[in-house]
Amino acid sequence: MRSFTYQRATSSQEAIAAVAANPDARFIAGGTNLLDLMKLGIERPSHLVDISRLPLAEIEDTPEGGLRIGAEVRNSDLAADLRVRNRYPVLAQALLAGASAQIRNKASTAGNLLQRTRCYFFYDPNMPCNKRQPGSGCAAIEGFNRMHAILGTSSACIAVHPSDMAVAMAALDAQIETVTPEGETRAIPIGDLHSLPGETPNVETVLRHGEMITAVVLPPPPAGRQIYRKVRDRASYAFALVSVAAVIDAGAGRVLSARIAMGGIAPKPWRLSEAERLLSGAEPSKETFEQVDDAAFAKARGSGDNDFKIMLARRTLRATLAAAIRTA
Amino acid sequence: MSENRTNASPSHTNETYIGRPLDRVDGRLKVTGGAPYAYEHVEIAGAVHGYILGAAIAKGRMAAIDTAEAEKAPGVLYVMTHRNAPSQPDFGPSVTPTVPEVFTRARPMLSDDRVRFYDEPVALIVAETFEAARAAASLIRVRYETEPGRYDMEAHLAEAYAPQRTNAGFETDSAVGDFEGAFAAAEVRLDVSYTTPYQHHNPMEPHATTAVWSGDDLTIYTGAQTIANFRAGIANTLQLPPERVRIVSPFVGGGFGAKLIVHADTVLAALAARVVGRPVKIALTRQQMFANAGHRAKMKHDVRLGADRNGRLVAISHDVFSATSGFEEFCEQTAVFVRALYASQTRRTRHRLIGLDTNRGEWMRSPGEAPGMLAFECAIDEMAEQLGLDPIEFRIRNEPTRDPERDVPFSTRNLVACMQEGAKRFGWKRRNSQPRAMRDGRFLVGYGMAAAMRPNYIGATRARVRLGGNGHLTVQADMTDIGTGTYTILTQIAADATGLPPSAITVELGDSNFPRTAGSGGSWGAASSGSAVHNACLALRERIVAEARRADPSLASVAAGDVDFANGEIRWAGRGEPLGQLVGRLAPSGIEAEGQVERGDDYRNFSQHSYGAHFVEAGVDIDTGEIRIRRMLSTIGAGRILNQKTARSQVIGGMTWGIGAALMEESVLDPRYGHFVNHDLAEYHVPVNADVPFLEVVFLEEHDDKANVLGSKGIGELGVCGTGAAVANAIYNATGVRVREFPITLDKLLAGLA
Repeated sequence: MRSFTYQRATSSQEAIAAVAANPDARFIAGGTNLLDLMKLGIERPSHLVDISRLPLAEIEDTPEGGLRIGAEVRNSDLAADLRVRNRYPVLAQALLAGASAQIRNKASTAGNLLQRTRCYFFYDPNMPCNKRQPGSGCAAIEGFNRMHAILGTSSACIAVHPSDMAVAMAALDAQIETVTPEGETRAIPIGDLHSLPGETPNVETVLRHGEMITAVVLPPPPAGRQIYRKVRDRASYAFALVSVAAVIDAGAGRVLSARIAMGGIAPKPWRLSEAERLLSGAEPSKETFEQVDDAAFAKARGSGDNDFKIMLARRTLRATLAAAIRTA
Repeated sequence: MSENRTNASPSHTNETYIGRPLDRVDGRLKVTGGAPYAYEHVEIAGAVHGYILGAAIAKGRMAAIDTAEAEKAPGVLYVMTHRNAPSQPDFGPSVTPTVPEVFTRARPMLSDDRVRFYDEPVALIVAETFEAARAAASLIRVRYETEPGRYDMEAHLAEAYAPQRTNAGFETDSAVGDFEGAFAAAEVRLDVSYTTPYQHHNPMEPHATTAVWSGDDLTIYTGAQTIANFRAGIANTLQLPPERVRIVSPFVGGGFGAKLIVHADTVLAALAARVVGRPVKIALTRQQMFANAGHRAKMKHDVRLGADRNGRLVAISHDVFSATSGFEEFCEQTAVFVRALYASQTRRTRHRLIGLDTNRGEWMRSPGEAPGMLAFECAIDEMAEQLGLDPIEFRIRNEPTRDPERDVPFSTRNLVACMQEGAKRFGWKRRNSQPRAMRDGRFLVGYGMAAAMRPNYIGATRARVRLGGNGHLTVQADMTDIGTGTYTILTQIAADATGLPPSAITVELGDSNFPRTAGSGGSWGAASSGSAVHNACLALRERIVAEARRADPSLASVAAGDVDFANGEIRWAGRGEPLGQLVGRLAPSGIEAEGQVERGDDYRNFSQHSYGAHFVEAGVDIDTGEIRIRRMLSTIGAGRILNQKTARSQVIGGMTWGIGAALMEESVLDPRYGHFVNHDLAEYHVPVNADVPFLEVVFLEEHDDKANVLGSKGIGELGVCGTGAAVANAIYNATGVRVREFPITLDKLLAGLA
């Protein structure tokens, strides 16, 4: 670990100014991901600005009937909040499906969104990795890639975004509120927050250096049954092979509306817009599901060890939709 | 089903504590943080920290190594590389001349510019803090000349060779009768290949050492399973007389075979502490554990079985192809259990190795049976199905009456009783032998079982006991407690042998100043150290009686058979005196005695094993292939159980390993770079609590008087043996999909579930 200086910010303004002024500075909140990366020399900040004590840990009702979740709300607190459990159960389920109790007690909402991939080669500084060291190559594409993405990849990177929480937020159409180094606030739809790798897998979000997430705003809860289904290699404390966040409103033999996002399959929470369109207004038949499947995964490509994810994603999606419609 | 007991020896008259579920005597110390582990001996003042830099390639040489920047970094005291490392002997040949030498040979570090495996130490940085040492390590620049290496076992199968022997000195091959002829003529044949992957022990406490020099004397605080191996290994590497080396390892945070010999942390701490003139601490990081602390090698198992239509095996063959290292050989005795498990007119077992440019495999909990039974007990299940037989009935039809290859009697063998009792308790008769016939909602449900067997060893061991003038008994041996409960069972054994309560007994372990033992490994620890302690206590009693008779000639009239030790007293024909009072009166400085045990005729003349049967109910999600173990039961026939609680803990730990071996554990070796790709605990999966249901353990009443004076047999590894096969057989019964490539992950089931 590179030696670093540490600053405990007393205001958002101070924090943003401190990070913006130093290209080697990073925000730190729970530190559950950043510290691991620093120990391994993957992140090498010279200065850390601790924002964990800023007054950003409240969950507030919005006038529209949604929730405004402070950036520093801990994952465990968010999962336990009664409003979240009652009105956004898909989010509570996703949070509790992630990490371990100890990590959820430390991890912040904004940090969860910004956590970095668990690609084995990204995590090993001796290995080529375009995300860690642009231009060095990708060791995963022709190497062991069982955990890797099947959608949204590029010839430079096939890493997957590991968050569960973000997948549920994607299905809920969350907005990310930030403050830029110039002091301006902006609201970013969660679907626009993360960038696809393209030729620059080192660029992971649209945030600028020094721009700070202050809150995540959930619109009023959508109608319908909410389900988060996570498939993984063991029953707890494992990253998703495939996950589905679904909000399905169904009645009288029809799907009225559907919002679906998937995790474990792409470099960002993967919203299935075309599948949602096909489902809305449709009768939940075998044919409908097949059309939905095809729309969702027509472009899916395996890289070898992760080929199974295509079949797994199809089956998990179908099972989740069936469960949601059955119980809606 | 209990065995006939031998006539009770004098020691059995006070059988009060052995067998009881006594709480761990060191439990409070451990859960309150008072038990010092290798990195935590706070009384060592002025210790500095070492960090090992590992090679970024797997094969080649270092053309240049630039340490200048690291040496100038804040807090750095010393940087050791092959250019300045103290002189050590050459590593020597791949195979040691004798079996024991593999445990004691010199293991030089940083001795040349070669890189023999990925992450092999290339430098040691010693600094005032761990963080400073690690930061400085990132400043070292190494220019490698990479050479093409051999990393892929499958690609080099054609180059497999036969080693001279297997681990533990077994014959490489065995043959009884004409296997090929019998197999070709068999009415029913099975010919299948299984693979078992690389696995890593990953004890919770990583390999760690604190080395302290005092003049020419070296003290090593480390996590060691076998103190004597560490003493010899360090003495040979540093070219010191063994008596100059003291090994201290009172508490070990898990060993599982990974701490039988010295590794990089111990050697480098000892070397560096002498150079810097201060105590040096080194702990491997979790990532470094994957290359530098041993592993279980990848294997391919070819299993061929021939049977007649009545379900009698006529031909058994198990061929094992295992990866190993080119510079040091390790041949796990993977097919050796096949020589004693089932009856057959013909049998063949063979071990072959493929030398790769990796570190070698080492001993890992239940060497041999753990991977071997994983494959073989699945093949037995396959054969039973082909024959249309219940897998228990099939095994019973092939139960041998004597050890089938050695042609000696079994000491005790309760395999059939284990299977029958287990079947009854588990509700095996509810199993539908037709795969995919049981269902619970979206889960396919299956039952599976497998047999367990593990050899019973005993090793030369000594122990010392000392009864103080205050009536307190101290037991000393260089035995180790690696989490198994050794402190506790030795307390119980000493209590029964002396008539003292456990509160009057202190057991001291893990110090080379104490009498030498066989240590912890191979499930021999309890039998070996327990017997030696028992014998030491008997010798102590004789000394006490002799002292008392000398002081009081009137006691000469009391016959030896009328002298008893019970309830903290010595009783002369019923007239009692507290032991403390007697020793305080006659020998205020205390009375001491030693006891020992070694392999005797019974070890050679009887086939000695522990046995068990594992039963598993597994559920498989029909949509996703996710596997959930729903319940598990193991019946165990392992001689006398010394402590119901610690024995059960050993078995459920083993059963949990079985779940891991069947479903999760796999270290993936990258055939391009020669490194283990998933080298941390986020990606190398072991079962977590949510994966493990209630585990039921049933001990059959048994007393093996051929095994040792206590009647016990080894139990530390039995829980692993065959367990994974029972899981796999349950998954087959649930799904109809037979996966022969472990671990069984959901991706291997998906296509078959469609």
